[in-house]
Amino acid sequence: MKFGVVIFPGSNCDHDVIHVLETVLQQEVKILWHKDKELKGFEPQDCIILPGGFSYGDYLRSGAIARFSPIMDAVISFANSGGFVLGICNGFQILCEAGLLPGVLMRNGNRNFVCKNVFIKPSHNDSAITADLDLNKAYKIPIAHAEGNYYVDAKQLSRMNENGQILFRYCDENSNVNDVANPNGTLENIAGITNARKNVFGMMPHPERATESVLGNVDGIEFFRSLISYAGKIEIDVMDDLLR
Amino acid sequence: MIYTAEINVMPLKELLDPQGKAVVSGLKNLGINEAKDVRIGKHITIQIEAETEKIANEKVETACKKLLSNQVMEYYEFTLHS
Repeated sequence: MKFGVVIFPGSNCDHDVIHVLETVLQQEVKILWHKDKELKGFEPQDCIILPGGFSYGDYLRSGAIARFSPIMDAVISFANSGGFVLGICNGFQILCEAGLLPGVLMRNGNRNFVCKNVFIKPSHNDSAITADLDLNKAYKIPIAHAEGNYYVDAKQLSRMNENGQILFRYCDENSNVNDVANPNGTLENIAGITNARKNVFGMMPHPERATESVLGNVDGIEFFRSLISYAGKIEIDVMDDLLR
Repeated sequence: MIYTAEINVMPLKELLDPQGKAVVSGLKNLGINEAKDVRIGKHITIQIEAETEKIANEKVETACKKLLSNQVMEYYEFTLHS
């Protein structure tokens, strides 16, 4: 599996993601610039990551201008051909603006920029990023955002619930999903979602900031490991088909 | 011909507007207790060159729909004058 990390003007978590993938997890990483027009050499079992930050200064709306960066057409085609795409924080906002994920991230209901460790709980194991996660565990992952209040209309929300498109919900340290654990007013404590095909993922929490004991928090590494292991299985299946 | 579009982008009426809510409390501190509901949006002007008003209108409509507003949470309205 190979990763591509897109750098937009104003991205600031790009190197955190690159460090985790390259140094901690020993993965191949290609750095992509927002002005690139193609994703050369990427296969559907690879993953493009849109990192956190403040692309284009969050002008107009978070992610609204980045969505029209030249590379986004290629990212959209890649996603439509089944490739994995993960948006973290501002990356999640960009994916919503681009229409690769439903809904929108609104200003936090409490009007604060919230920067702290929170707990999130995976909803199921039926996606690459949650496949190997423990459904009974509250994962401690930091958030840092002012626009993380997920909203989508009721009809779409019920469709998403039926399709298993809600990946993560904010919870307390004992895995209880309740109002107290909701840091930003987000609908149904939603912290992360996926598309109907389950190859595009968006999450507000930052797993890349919780991957080494020196950071005091290692729960985030599991998300990347799950993705890598899932993609590895696809690669084996593809090889089997070729050899058959 | 150069047209000027005056665009307003506002949060949907059924959604909470945290900025507006904060301003209501600011207005109360100022002594304006009568202020009940404040909604905050954006006012955008665009100078646009187009052969006819109809073409200018279509271009501004596209700009509003695709970039200037996100219709999941906002609505827009605009006027056009030369």
